[in-house]
Amino acid sequence: MPKLTIDGVEVDAPDGATVLQACQLAGKEVPHFCFHERLSVAGNCRMCLVEMERAPKPIASCAMPAGEGMVITTDSDTVRQARRGVMEFLLINHPLDCPICDQGGECDLQDQAVAYGGDRTRYEENKRAVTDKSMGPLVNTVMTRCIHCTRCVRFTTEIAGVSEIGMLGRGEHAEISSYLERSLTSELSANIIDLCPVGALTSKPYAFAARPWELKKAESVDVLDAVGASIRVDARGASVLRVVPRLHENVNEEWISDKTRFACDGLRRQRLDQPYVRRGEKLEPATWDEAFGAIGERIAASDGKRIAAIAGDLCDGESMLALKDLMGKLGSPHLDCRQDGAKVDANVRASYLLNSSIAGLETADAVLLIGTDPRREAPLVNLRLRRAWLEGGAEIGVVGPARDLNYPVTALGAGTDTLTALKDGKIAFLETLKNAERPALILGMGALARSDGAAILAVAREIADLTGMISADWNGFNVLHTAAARVGGLDLGIVPGAGGKDVPSILDAATNGEMDIVYLLGADEIDMSRFGDAFVVYQGHHGDAGAHRADVILPGAAYTEKHGTYVNTEGRVQLGRPAVPPVGEAKEDWKILRALSDVLGHKLPYDTLGDVRSAMVAANPVFDEIDIVSKAEWAPFGTAGALGEAAFELPIDDFYLTDPISRASVTMAACSRELSGGTEKGTGTNG
Amino acid sequence: MSGTSTSKRPFVFTADNKVLAEAAITHYPADRSRSAVMPLLDIAQRQNRGWVSHEIVEYVAEYLDMPVIRVLEVATFYSMYNLKPVAKNFVQICRTTPCWLRGSDDLVKAFRDFAGCGIGETSTDGAFTMIEVECLGACCNSPMVQINDDYYEDLTPERFTKILRTLKEGKTPDPGPQSTRSGSEPVGGLTSLTSVGGDD
Ligand code: SF4
Ligand code: FES
Ligand code: FES
Repeated sequence: MPKLTIDGVEVDAPDGATVLQACQLAGKEVPHFCFHERLSVAGNCRMCLVEMERAPKPIASCAMPAGEGMVITTDSDTVRQARRGVMEFLLINHPLDCPICDQGGECDLQDQAVAYGGDRTRYEENKRAVTDKSMGPLVNTVMTRCIHCTRCVRFTTEIAGVSEIGMLGRGEHAEISSYLERSLTSELSANIIDLCPVGALTSKPYAFAARPWELKKAESVDVLDAVGASIRVDARGASVLRVVPRLHENVNEEWISDKTRFACDGLRRQRLDQPYVRRGEKLEPATWDEAFGAIGERIAASDGKRIAAIAGDLCDGESMLALKDLMGKLGSPHLDCRQDGAKVDANVRASYLLNSSIAGLETADAVLLIGTDPRREAPLVNLRLRRAWLEGGAEIGVVGPARDLNYPVTALGAGTDTLTALKDGKIAFLETLKNAERPALILGMGALARSDGAAILAVAREIADLTGMISADWNGFNVLHTAAARVGGLDLGIVPGAGGKDVPSILDAATNGEMDIVYLLGADEIDMSRFGDAFVVYQGHHGDAGAHRADVILPGAAYTEKHGTYVNTEGRVQLGRPAVPPVGEAKEDWKILRALSDVLGHKLPYDTLGDVRSAMVAANPVFDEIDIVSKAEWAPFGTAGALGEAAFELPIDDFYLTDPISRASVTMAACSRELSGGTEKGTGTNG
Repeated sequence: MSGTSTSKRPFVFTADNKVLAEAAITHYPADRSRSAVMPLLDIAQRQNRGWVSHEIVEYVAEYLDMPVIRVLEVATFYSMYNLKPVAKNFVQICRTTPCWLRGSDDLVKAFRDFAGCGIGETSTDGAFTMIEVECLGACCNSPMVQINDDYYEDLTPERFTKILRTLKEGKTPDPGPQSTRSGSEPVGGLTSLTSVGGDD
């Protein structure tokens, strides 16, 4: 721990820190452009100059390791003059186009020019102009504004793991471009928009939409995958204009996936904004009373045993609890939150969590992926695995289809036979796991969402025990979910009660005419043709598969429009907050169920959000611990049994179209057209 | 970068060049073979009549198992890689101050008179391409040009034109100083060290 004196104040800097970081520790702000604490040091903008005792000239503080006894001055005349000089050079070729630049108001260069910029120029020659580059459907470029900090190059290469952008030419002629202006193929590509300190890289879908100071900002969490990234939802009036990341070191650091960021235009399309009731062939607009009446009639004529409910992938905990309570009152045991039929065991929490924690995966030194493609299922988990490989040299083996994950993997085999062979020690990777200090496995929905899922779960558990994945301070047994609602659903026990049916059995029963009513709470990822003659109630926010099949539609709120509790794949309970009100007559989902219960004569015992949340805590105390990951007890789970022959199939084919919101998004459709399936081609070297 | 490869067949190293490439790779530690990107680009450029096409960039990237953008960064960074086709005689004229003071402008004019084109252009007969470069380190024999791999120094418009004429005939003129002196000896004869191993 070197001790430095910064502007007369002594600070202890952590080992490996730079002078710039030490200055920040001392509470001194050092202007900088190219330095970013999560990227390698480039030291090319020179904005971070400070004075160091006994150095003949100012030093670039971002590139200078903090050393014992250094005496640093950050606000002398020399320093200020040096920074003014650097700023003058940066501005020589930077256009004066702030009034038409989307970065305006949140631009590092603009902010720092206020402090160090001159109010007139001494430069009379022509400014340089650079042609704009195409980088795909998400990133807009105005390359004349680029100050060549290379943050974008370092991010794509180091964090995203796709070496696709570079700095071409040199000096006056240096330009940032992707190879032949091909589209970026990373699921994390749009983070370069946030990283770019100027307006060279801006958001294409959000181009010229608003100024940052006009936006109302809500701090929330993402629900488009099971990671639960911290986001800020920026809205103007009733529409969500953009989603940007918030810092959460343990979940998303400061990145989000392109879907999280850009699916938000889907929130304005295909919305269910009023109740509908099917009359004959047609769904006709109705009032809430009519819709509730229609449901009431059918329920009165039926019996609890012939009523089922399925909770979808984007549901908040509040509405799922209300659904469970209502089904209980109606006497129905047929309840499930596992649309894909995943055979996860709701009784043992450790059996369905990513126990290593997302941040913890970075420290794993051997990882076995089973039926999962983390790059498309959870890009933010994938980048942790990439870091485990890059920085810790982790060895990663894959059972199931081995796609390009942006780090090297060993393909071990296709399906269950490989898994058995591995368990029996017939595959050398078992030794790798055994010899590792922190071995881990990640079980994906490709392995669990099949009829032999419970047996696969048991085998995975055996492998975990066999290879020493569970110890006092490490649990390497991980399940990677794809649905934001899944862990919360399991925590709340949204699974069949005694004698109840799970999703595949509900579908079978409905097909055979043994189910009168099916209540879909935002459930769209099931085969709607299998509901036969059942009366289908769809409560949700988008006119997707479920709404098309429905007999009654109850318009709910999307995640940006309601208070909601979500539990991410590592078991972290997080709160989503509304940025805008629900559209039209739509209501927050738990309130709809509460109102319906009243009509049905089974009034649910909560009237306020606080009441529901207390009921959730009563149902499972984990809901009392917001943003905390507590260790789940290791207990027996899984059911040993016969394994099927089929190879694992990955749950996500098209990263950009996975849920009703992204399917309604024009931006995601463009990405899908341009990038999905084109992934292999895009990174190849034979174009 | 513009243009594509002049040949229709995909670029691959000839057998001889492959030997050279492999030799270049051995100059670097086994896990650092990407460092050979510069010699490989040079070998490929020579094979491809003096310029580096996209095909070559991709070929070298594949050869060294590195991202193609990294190879393109190197190829665009160094001015000695030509990213457009060049003529058989690739003339690089130095116009930095010493050469300029000694008459490099006259050489450009002489070139234009002979070849019919100027800096950054290729003559219509396809025999010459001229580009401007910064100091090539032969200032004591300025003005000078580099043609392909050779330096031609102590030039005058007449001497330069004679060289161009010889080249056009398909012959290679003697490189080096075109004056009477050898190397960069004083023009007026030696004033010191006049004998080798002498007594004085
Ligand atoms: S485009 Fe932006 S992030 Fe990339 S080098 Fe230029 S200024 Fe930096
Ligand atoms: S921040 Fe130090 S040189 Fe750019
Ligand atoms: S100035 Fe021409 S070679 Fe040095």
